Amino acid sequence: MTSFRTDQAGEDIVVVRIEGRLNMVAAPELRDIIAQAVASGRRRVAVDLAGVEFMDSSGLGALIASLKTARQAGGDLRIAAVSEQVALVLQLSNLDRILKPYPDADAAFAE
Amino acid sequence: MSARGSRSYTGESAENRRLLLLRIWITLTLILGLNYVVWRWLASVNWNTWWISIPLVVAETYSIVDLGLFGMTVWRSRQRAEPPAAPPGLTVDVYITTYNEPPELVLATARAAREIRYPHQTWILDDGDRDALRAASAELGVGYVTRGEEWTGKPRHAKAGNLNNALMQTTGEFILVLDADMVPDPAILDRTLGYFAADERLALVQTPQYFTNVPDSDPLGSQAPLFYGPIQEGKDGWGSAFFCGSNAVLRREALMGLGIMGYVTATERAVTEGLQTARGIVRRAVRRASQPVEREALALTSAAINDALASIGNGEPIGEVTYHLRTRITELSRTIVAGDLVQISADLDELGFSDHGVAVQAREVVASLASDELSPLNALDAVRRTLDALDIGRSDEAQALLPMATISVTEDMATAMRLHAGGWKSVYHNEVLADGLAPEGLDAALTQRLRWAQGTVQVLLKENPLFLRGLSLPQRLMYFSTMWSYVSGFATVVYLIAPVLFLVFGVLPVNSYAAPFFLRFLPFMIANQLLFVIASRGLPTWRGQQYTLALFPLWIQACVSAAANVFGGVPLNFAVTPKVGTSSRRWDLRRIRWQIVTAVVLVAAVVAGLVRLLLQGAEAVGTLVNIGWVGFDLVALSVLVGAVRYRGYATEEEEER
Repeated sequence: MTSFRTDQAGEDIVVVRIEGRLNMVAAPELRDIIAQAVASGRRRVAVDLAGVEFMDSSGLGALIASLKTARQAGGDLRIAAVSEQVALVLQLSNLDRILKPYPDADAAFAE
Repeated sequence: MSARGSRSYTGESAENRRLLLLRIWITLTLILGLNYVVWRWLASVNWNTWWISIPLVVAETYSIVDLGLFGMTVWRSRQRAEPPAAPPGLTVDVYITTYNEPPELVLATARAAREIRYPHQTWILDDGDRDALRAASAELGVGYVTRGEEWTGKPRHAKAGNLNNALMQTTGEFILVLDADMVPDPAILDRTLGYFAADERLALVQTPQYFTNVPDSDPLGSQAPLFYGPIQEGKDGWGSAFFCGSNAVLRREALMGLGIMGYVTATERAVTEGLQTARGIVRRAVRRASQPVEREALALTSAAINDALASIGNGEPIGEVTYHLRTRITELSRTIVAGDLVQISADLDELGFSDHGVAVQAREVVASLASDELSPLNALDAVRRTLDALDIGRSDEAQALLPMATISVTEDMATAMRLHAGGWKSVYHNEVLADGLAPEGLDAALTQRLRWAQGTVQVLLKENPLFLRGLSLPQRLMYFSTMWSYVSGFATVVYLIAPVLFLVFGVLPVNSYAAPFFLRFLPFMIANQLLFVIASRGLPTWRGQQYTLALFPLWIQACVSAAANVFGGVPLNFAVTPKVGTSSRRWDLRRIRWQIVTAVVLVAAVVAGLVRLLLQGAEAVGTLVNIGWVGFDLVALSVLVGAVRYRGYATEEEEER
């Protein structure tokens, strides 16, 4: 089972930590969690993928859908601490240019 | 029977004359037998004492069927003419199988095997993995084979496993199998290989098993002249000469064919069972699924599994079916990936990334994201299990191919039956080409007999020849005949009890012991005994008849334990028959306690019968018939007196000197 943890990291920043597999089954839950966070005003979302050993195209779809949610609310979504496998999926789908991985969640909105 | 004297072939016309007489006599005996048993059923069952009358008439019917099967067997017991010459250039492995026999014995056989004239490679198959034997093999210049690491923790399958292990390590086109105590004649291959050259569908040439450490009186009934004579010749005549585990040459191609067929069958079963399990898991997962996409994927997987199982049911090749199922699951995976990418692309468009580069149409992107490693379906444990069911490795066995059948402790019979079912042929060459050693003690002899009986009943219960696909009707009956004869113990019990009941209590299972009985029974009984004389060409068969009756508790034990093994998974505790050093210095009475009890009861019954005759005026004819009957039983049982007193062949020789 995949587990999610959300931590407030600033006025409008939330860090979502995922533990497990970001796959077809887990993707809808991730979308919901981020949509709720954005709706409650935390428009800047950092997704910490350090605990994700596997991501598939559905997981990727959830990240992009959440990116859209955040952007449309005037925020942004950034990913951090990606594993080799996640990096491979990003690269295969050419999305590594749109979702630039940050080394860790703190670095995501450090600027 | 001298070592080389087993061939009594004198020409085709002499054989024809002998067979004609034999067939006339078989017909006559069976007519008389039917005449008797029909009369027994219709006119002479004493229904007042049905509890013994019915078992008796059923036992008698059993015996008539047994006789019919015997008659059918020897109907074609034609001796073969000289074998065709062995062509040069065939490659042959000579296997000497051993488990715990003394090294000197194994090496004596190996030395003789090395001297076989036809070019060959000799191998010692040492299931005991003994260093001394390994060293001695090297010294002798013969090969040495033992089990490797891969057998650790896997079923060993006794002698069948030993042979299968060796089959994977040697390459000869033909294999001569010898037990460790069967010293081969130098001509054994010259006399047998010619048959294979003459018929490319021939898989087996079996020669007799003859024992040199058995006195003429054969107290333990070790020689089987009837079996290694007219019975095997008769089975040969019906295209079903049996494989008897030793002194036989086998064609590697045929054995490998069996191994492959067995692998395919086992794989088919494993895939079918795997898919059925997976279907159950998928169905349960569909009910629990929380996401629509998940539910849909599972439903489609379930449909694909159903189609695959239906295809297997229709006899489509497993390879095709599993490939097709894999393809469908991959397609499903690609559909999901493509859907994700369409959504991603739409999201990005909405966000204003005009040049985002998500090539929705790029097949390679879809294919790589839908590969086994990255597939979204990996999320569904049920689907993963489905795919696992398609991975076929036969990991429960040490070897993927098991050419020798492993379903029975008599792997030889089971293997031959499968060869015959696969369309392969066999030959019985009735010429003694190996000198063997028989067990020298009653205990060892009984252990061996028990194992044969258990193995035969195991085959009957696991692969009934009456229903095994590929056998001809005569072949079915030839295998069934041997199995049928091992059920005799139950009939014997009835035959032993019935006269006791009459002599002691006056219970009469037959309506009368008057003229109608004698007129039907005596001609049949006389014809029956003469049939054995004619069929066996004067070979001694009386020992065999005695043991068939006297070992009734053993036959029953075999049937019961084999049934418990097949249906209840109870182990047989089967032991390798010890052959050397088995002669006994003391009387082994424990294993024949039932026979001792029986003999005491029979003698007491005779006394009771005489008392009732003289003092109470019991029916005289009936009493005499039953005393005669009991007398016959006692004479048969008396074979065990000689057996327990027997002290081995060497001792016998010493005493004669």
